[in-house]
Amino acid sequence: MSAKLVQGYEVVIGFETHAQLSTESKIFSRAPTAFGAEPNTQACAVDLALPGTLPVMNVGAVERAIQLGLALGSHIAERSIFARKNYFYPDLPKGYQISQFEIPVVQGGEVSFLLGDEKKTVRLVRAHLEEDAGKSLHEDFIGQSGIDLNRAGTPLLEIVTEPDMRSSDEAVAYAKKLHEIVTWIGICDGNMQEGSFRCDANVSVRKPGAPLGTRREIKNLNSFKFMQQAIDYEVRWQIEELEDGREIQQATVLFNPDTGETRAMRTKEDAADYRYFPDPDLPPLVIGRDWVERVRSEMVELPWVMAERFVRDYGLPEYDAGILTQNQAMAAYFEGAATDQRNAKLASNWTMGEVSRRLNIDGRGFDAEVPVSSTQLGTLIGRIADGTISNNAAKQVFDVLWTESGEVDAVIEAKGLRQMNDSSALEAIIEEVLAANAKNVEEFKAGNAKAFNALVGQAMKASKGKANPAQVNELLKQKLG
Amino acid sequence: MTELHHLGVAELAALLKNKEVSAVEVATRFLANTGGNPHNAFLDIDSEVTLAQARASDAKLASGSAGPLEGVPVAHKDVFVTKDFVTTAGSKMLSGYRSPFDATVVARLRQAGMVSLGKLNCDEFAMGSSNENSAFGPVTNPWDTARVPGGSSGGSAAAVAARLTPAATGTDTGGSIRQPAAFCGITGIKPTYGRASRYGMVAYASSLDQAGPMARSAEDCALLLTAMCGPDLDRDSTSLNVAEENFSKDLLRPLATAGKNGQPLRIGVPTQWLGGGAHSPLDPDRPFRHAEGTHETVQARIEAACDALRSLGAEVVAVSLPNASLSIPVYYIVACAEASSNLSRFDGVKFGHRAKDYADLTDMYKKTRAEGFGQEVKRRIMTGAYVLSHGYYDAYYLQAQKIRRMIADDFRQAFAKCDVIAGPVAPSTAWALGDNSDDPVASYLADIFTLPASLAGLPCMSLPVGLGDYGLPVGMQLIGSYLQEAQLLNVAHQYQLATTHHQQRPGAVA
Repeated sequence: MSAKLVQGYEVVIGFETHAQLSTESKIFSRAPTAFGAEPNTQACAVDLALPGTLPVMNVGAVERAIQLGLALGSHIAERSIFARKNYFYPDLPKGYQISQFEIPVVQGGEVSFLLGDEKKTVRLVRAHLEEDAGKSLHEDFIGQSGIDLNRAGTPLLEIVTEPDMRSSDEAVAYAKKLHEIVTWIGICDGNMQEGSFRCDANVSVRKPGAPLGTRREIKNLNSFKFMQQAIDYEVRWQIEELEDGREIQQATVLFNPDTGETRAMRTKEDAADYRYFPDPDLPPLVIGRDWVERVRSEMVELPWVMAERFVRDYGLPEYDAGILTQNQAMAAYFEGAATDQRNAKLASNWTMGEVSRRLNIDGRGFDAEVPVSSTQLGTLIGRIADGTISNNAAKQVFDVLWTESGEVDAVIEAKGLRQMNDSSALEAIIEEVLAANAKNVEEFKAGNAKAFNALVGQAMKASKGKANPAQVNELLKQKLG
Repeated sequence: MTELHHLGVAELAALLKNKEVSAVEVATRFLANTGGNPHNAFLDIDSEVTLAQARASDAKLASGSAGPLEGVPVAHKDVFVTKDFVTTAGSKMLSGYRSPFDATVVARLRQAGMVSLGKLNCDEFAMGSSNENSAFGPVTNPWDTARVPGGSSGGSAAAVAARLTPAATGTDTGGSIRQPAAFCGITGIKPTYGRASRYGMVAYASSLDQAGPMARSAEDCALLLTAMCGPDLDRDSTSLNVAEENFSKDLLRPLATAGKNGQPLRIGVPTQWLGGGAHSPLDPDRPFRHAEGTHETVQARIEAACDALRSLGAEVVAVSLPNASLSIPVYYIVACAEASSNLSRFDGVKFGHRAKDYADLTDMYKKTRAEGFGQEVKRRIMTGAYVLSHGYYDAYYLQAQKIRRMIADDFRQAFAKCDVIAGPVAPSTAWALGDNSDDPVASYLADIFTLPASLAGLPCMSLPVGLGDYGLPVGMQLIGSYLQEAQLLNVAHQYQLATTHHQQRPGAVA
């Protein structure tokens, strides 16, 4: 399918995403990585680059990189190299950033997702490990800047794509899918406000069939909404420039959410010579096959693998499987409720329906404790399936469990919701209904099918809703047949 | 009894263990010697700290929980960071800097019981071979105070030679233990790269920096080296994961059976370093020429030492190190490249010197570094930044790394023919203060014999083999294969058992 054109231009987007890895300690030191602490309380001698300090690789960060590679079908390099990227900045304590340059740990791979009904695949170039810098604080100090090194040395995985995306919609869908994957496999908490997942978008435009245009890089997009706005603005701006006969200069730009505009921070002419060279303090990172296999064996089931299993083992429609596996906690909830394979579709309906609806109202998700546990829901569904209660009665029970708590069976008894499965008692009720509704009986016998439904309704009403509708149907047919 | 300050580490340790002398008495004696800071060897002395450590050692000696070197004094080169003493690395940049932690080597020696006498002068950030690059003034050679002690561990060598301390730590990046040891007539050893932790060493060239002991005998060096080395995997990623070793274990092996399978030890002498190579006329195809400058007396002492080893039962064979002469350009590319990056942290932001008046951030950086660094450091930073620059990296840094591997391969082949390589440490004896200060390249060239083993990461040492020109000490270099420190010390100790050169002391030292 040909790409959607904007004013006759094809949009070309590539992404660089910095995912902060969810390790307890930093990538090359043992200082903690918790967010929001008092400035400079989470930085040790190594993070401060005190004389004599040396980096030591955090194995947990490496394993998270391996996990991403395995999730995305990438090659895990058996030998990758850490390099020093040299530049002076006050929040960069060593005067260089340790980052993988020539040989990254994760090579290739792809991210697939649906854009509307169309399956899209974005190819990865690489994902490499590196350390974050600290922060410069320009407020609060008159004529001076403060430096907070809490973030210095926080482990990052920079995930770089090919320029495969052709619209802001596709870019956002990619970013959302990547976000879903890194949070699903648990290598990143995905908190965009805190900067745990931040994207740089390389955007260019060209006439169809023309070589790639000059790109501008929009830095630090920390929400999906801004991502879309920024790319859309940038595309319009670039097309206007070209239409006005100007050339695009390669540049790094920032998006201002207040104005909705992008603005150049620096152009290619300012580009520093980073004097990359292999860090002599860190030997090559060697990852043997056995290590990769151990990480693989410890990894959570991937969402698309889980969805396939739901279809295969529970007989769920693909749609259900897709929805349930958008979120790990939701999938776990479903599996907790679907104790009996035959009730799986009911469990899916309830998980996606009533439970999601109630959580939504409460403004919470599946990650927190759900007021009706999956075990309770499983029991409740079992009572529907074995005919103890009706679906409607189950909703009443559910409401009680949600708002007041209690045991499923106890609530059924307390509310008197048990269906009337005693056929002699039901027969008596039906005899009464038939006697009291002779007109309906006649109409039915005259061929009016609606009259039958009216009789069912009357019978249900007479049983105070406790009768099993199927059984009522059955008995009525017998009596009238 | 011999005066305490003339005793070596082994002798002092024995006296202390037998309680014939207390750690406080020993420390007091050496502190008295350091008074007035002879030869400008020390940069920081704090008798309170030293005596407190000595008292703690006495308590351990009394309670029977003493370490193997309990109460024996040591002094540390000022590139090892210390909690109790100021650490400057010989630079104005770190003037007054106090580290919140001790270097691993410092901590290990204290753990073994050694009492620290303070911090020793050195070339700024260990860059130099004369100790004239110290921001705190040069160190003078105890054999002739008009001459340099060598460098960069010049304070360490001078202090040991002048009996200001029985032993010292040094660091060796391209010869900084071996060359000053040779110039001051003492013994020093650089272990295999990765044996001693680099944690707490102010970094100069990370892929080359290595700590080692300097003392008056191979026996004493073995005692210190045993205490200094061991894996430090949680702090230094280049630390070797090999078990601690007792480096004294082979000292007494006779050389006639110290080789493989009880064969005589084979000593390889590179043809490029001695004999024909050393005095060959200028070869226009060689970009760097070196050995033609080796002084005759140096050559004569090395040859005599080889003869002595032969008479002790060793065999002397010729080996070849065809690429060794390329060590000078390779070293000054690799070391400067690493240094230019390692020294970026000295930017005036977090610690150390910061310029007083500046217009903005860039101005602060420029003034701070212009004021804080000395000439030689600036020269090496600029050289390093240049060879790593875009467009030059392949031609310089990458090429240098390739040649570095070729030099290591030369050694691998040489060690197929011999157990230990012997040669000079330096082409000359100690030169006069000021001689090379206007000609940095001349002093770079004098590193020719020490650089190859550094680039290959091999263990190597220097031991005195007699006096040369102007009655100044000449050092012989021994280079071993990887992890063969015990063998080097065996050869050196056997030599020292049979000779007295290591006991000679500067005339002025009473």
